[in-house]
Amino acid sequence: MNRREFVKSASATAVVTGTGVAAPAVFSSAQAQARNETLLIVSESGPNNLDIHGVGTNVPGYEASWNTYDRLITHEMTEKDGVRYYDRDKLKGELAEDMNIGDMSVTFKLKKNATFQDGTPVTAKDVKWSLDRAVSVGGFPTFQMKAGSLEKPEQFVVVDDHTVRVDFIRKDRLTIPDLAVIVPCVINSGLVQKNATEKDPWGLEYTKQNTAGSGAYRVTKWTPGTEVVFERFDDWKGGPLPKIKRVIWRMVPSAGNRRALLERGDADISYDLPNKDFVELKQAGKLNITSVPYSNGVQYIGMNVKNPPFDNLKVRQAIAYAIPYQKIMDAALFGLAKPMFGAPADAQTQVAWPQPTKFVTDLAKAKQLLAEAGYPNGLETTLSFDLGFAGVNEPLCVLLQENLAQIGIKTTINKIPGANWRTELTKKVLPLFTNVFSGWLDYPEYFFFWCYHGNNSIFNTMSYQSAAMDAFIDAARASAANGDKAAYDANVKGMVDLAFADVPRIPLYQPYVNVAMQKNITGYEYWFHRRLDYRAFQKG
Amino acid sequence: MLKLIGSRLATAVPSLIGVVIVTFMLTRVLPGDTAAYFAGPAATAESIAEIRTKLGLDKPLPAQFVDYVSALAKGDLGSSLSTGQPVAAEISARLPASAELTLAGLVLALAIAVPFGIMAAVKQGSWVDHACRLITTAGVSLPVFFTGLLLVYVFYFKLGWAPAPLGRLDVFFSAPETVTGFYLIDSLIARDFETFRAALAQLAVPAITLAIFALAPIARMTRASMLSVLSSEFVRTARAAGLTDTTVIITYAFRNAMLPVVTTLGMVFSFLLGANVLVEKVFAWPGIGSYAVEALITSDYAPVQGFVLAMAILYVVLNLLIDIAYGIIDPRARSEA
Repeated sequence: MNRREFVKSASATAVVTGTGVAAPAVFSSAQAQARNETLLIVSESGPNNLDIHGVGTNVPGYEASWNTYDRLITHEMTEKDGVRYYDRDKLKGELAEDMNIGDMSVTFKLKKNATFQDGTPVTAKDVKWSLDRAVSVGGFPTFQMKAGSLEKPEQFVVVDDHTVRVDFIRKDRLTIPDLAVIVPCVINSGLVQKNATEKDPWGLEYTKQNTAGSGAYRVTKWTPGTEVVFERFDDWKGGPLPKIKRVIWRMVPSAGNRRALLERGDADISYDLPNKDFVELKQAGKLNITSVPYSNGVQYIGMNVKNPPFDNLKVRQAIAYAIPYQKIMDAALFGLAKPMFGAPADAQTQVAWPQPTKFVTDLAKAKQLLAEAGYPNGLETTLSFDLGFAGVNEPLCVLLQENLAQIGIKTTINKIPGANWRTELTKKVLPLFTNVFSGWLDYPEYFFFWCYHGNNSIFNTMSYQSAAMDAFIDAARASAANGDKAAYDANVKGMVDLAFADVPRIPLYQPYVNVAMQKNITGYEYWFHRRLDYRAFQKG
Repeated sequence: MLKLIGSRLATAVPSLIGVVIVTFMLTRVLPGDTAAYFAGPAATAESIAEIRTKLGLDKPLPAQFVDYVSALAKGDLGSSLSTGQPVAAEISARLPASAELTLAGLVLALAIAVPFGIMAAVKQGSWVDHACRLITTAGVSLPVFFTGLLLVYVFYFKLGWAPAPLGRLDVFFSAPETVTGFYLIDSLIARDFETFRAALAQLAVPAITLAIFALAPIARMTRASMLSVLSSEFVRTARAAGLTDTTVIITYAFRNAMLPVVTTLGMVFSFLLGANVLVEKVFAWPGIGSYAVEALITSDYAPVQGFVLAMAILYVVLNLLIDIAYGIIDPRARSEA
């Protein structure tokens, strides 16, 4: 519906109800009505691809996929610290009406009346084609599927038109949750195949520009780098019909303007403002500000343990005691993060991740440890960070540099542009750096598998190798799959203790996802992917 | 005249070839790794390699260059990874937005700076002259993003006169049918005056921002060249002959003072295209500058190459236009060509 139609329909209403208001008032009431059903979101950057299976789809693209496609299953909602939060352990059907977990397979019955946005029914054939696509296209989607032991097309079996079975290649606790992440979305296979070419058998070029799902919203207009317009799909069967009819997502690169738009009441939601702005907005109290810690995410100081000086445990401990933890919390984050340091000395290790270390700032101890390590006169090194997140990383590194200087460690700060950051990490040569890792699947062993295991994934940025650690992680994964709780608990505690004893990386804090909304907006939900779910929002 | 245009265009060909080669080399020398960047936050070494193969980045450089040039010959500038669209389509969609903004800023700057410069020259040492000096100094010393943010703060946030800085049109307006790509012109063609007004309102503050920046060189150049012309003999003769002040200043002095101003104008236009990058960021303007900068940050080769090429062509055209303008203003310039 465009503006003219709004005006028309509103004037018609005015005539019918006989309110007899003056013309300009009619116009503004029409706009008000349009605004009431429309959500205006502003953020720094937008999607580069509407399909998460695409080559190099960026993180904003995940949000487009999440809202326009359905999965077989999804998470229930619960509440955590006053915010609606996805329930890691409770799953419900989205396209499936029934899920039957067997010993080595899981069977889904599809909702009979569910259709895609073009009206064709959702069938088991579409589900299989979509899952086949996810494990076959390569890159990130295939990798994410592998994380849940979903690796081969043969695992997905069409039983009948409305029944699909997923066979397990091994027992893995993460298989079912991995079917509820963004990647295994169900795509209209008929529509996409019609638009596929020989060179592009999975139709990635088509779904890059067009949404072909059964989700609650479809993209009606997309101007890359400028705006995305979503319209509600009124026949959505995945859940209760969303209240918001239209979502306009505009890219506003300047953070100052995003804040001005919010404060003037022109934009409804923004979620990537600098921490300082969020704190000030919170104090001003004109907007609803929600801050939730990243699930399974930690910002840390990493050290390359392969090379001197950080191959020496005492040097690493010295760094851990030299970090100005509280100053970082106050000056770099303005308090908007959950501390992951300074646990009481007698605290017991939890079966949980992330959890705080017992490190505190103690420069005398740091100096002594450095001397014991054989560096009584200090040393020189470089401290690197990702310029893409300079807002937090830069003050953090400067504060750290100051403290390290006090114990005799001279550091040169190395700012690496966003495009190079991952390349540099993959090389695994940075001696000292700060970085964030967070996993979609919120399980300690998942985090440790990527960050501490000796198979040396890209996220084991420290090149940490420990046979004992590998044993803990492998045993935790195995005991989780078998449901052996006692063994699992022991192994998780084992790996956490070892990670804190060996300190190849020093946890600093759990970053927050900050969302600022107008007071009349309700229904924000925190999801593991940290992007917005439009379906639950309400206005008014 | 045609001969002049022909010879000008012929000299532009080698520089365009040079631009193609240099941008290709430059983007390849950049330290970033496109494949690693686009492999996403959870990539493995294999998935990065897979993406590299898909993008053709695993081939040797000469082979990549041959691929690029042969695609370019067919008018294909490649596809951007960060927006996912063909570069040629993006540039043709975004160039009008930048051009509309730049031209609006330039026209505004001209309308203020030229009379101001003339007055300052005629009444040298008066308060007009001092005001001219003060305003131009301020305009050129304030960085554009700062002026932009300041104007947004005052006119949008505090006073509420300007619309939200959300690009070319308010969210609830739809763009006029594309004829020229300039919203102001297109909405007039479509006789949609409401959209015209909305587009003008969106354009006002960013155009003023650019104009403030462009004021200084134009006003200073007008003043300097007016001063030198006003002290020349033919002006003295004209005055001695009893011509009115208006005739002397506008008809005789100004026409002769225009040549350096036109030259400056060409330079100012290119400055403005640069300043645009920042203004577009501040006002969420969907122009070509912000596009190129984002591409550069993500090591997205194709748009950077396309942008530089488009700019090179634009400069060639611009210089040609200025040369032609010379000929119109000063017949002597015509014969020299």
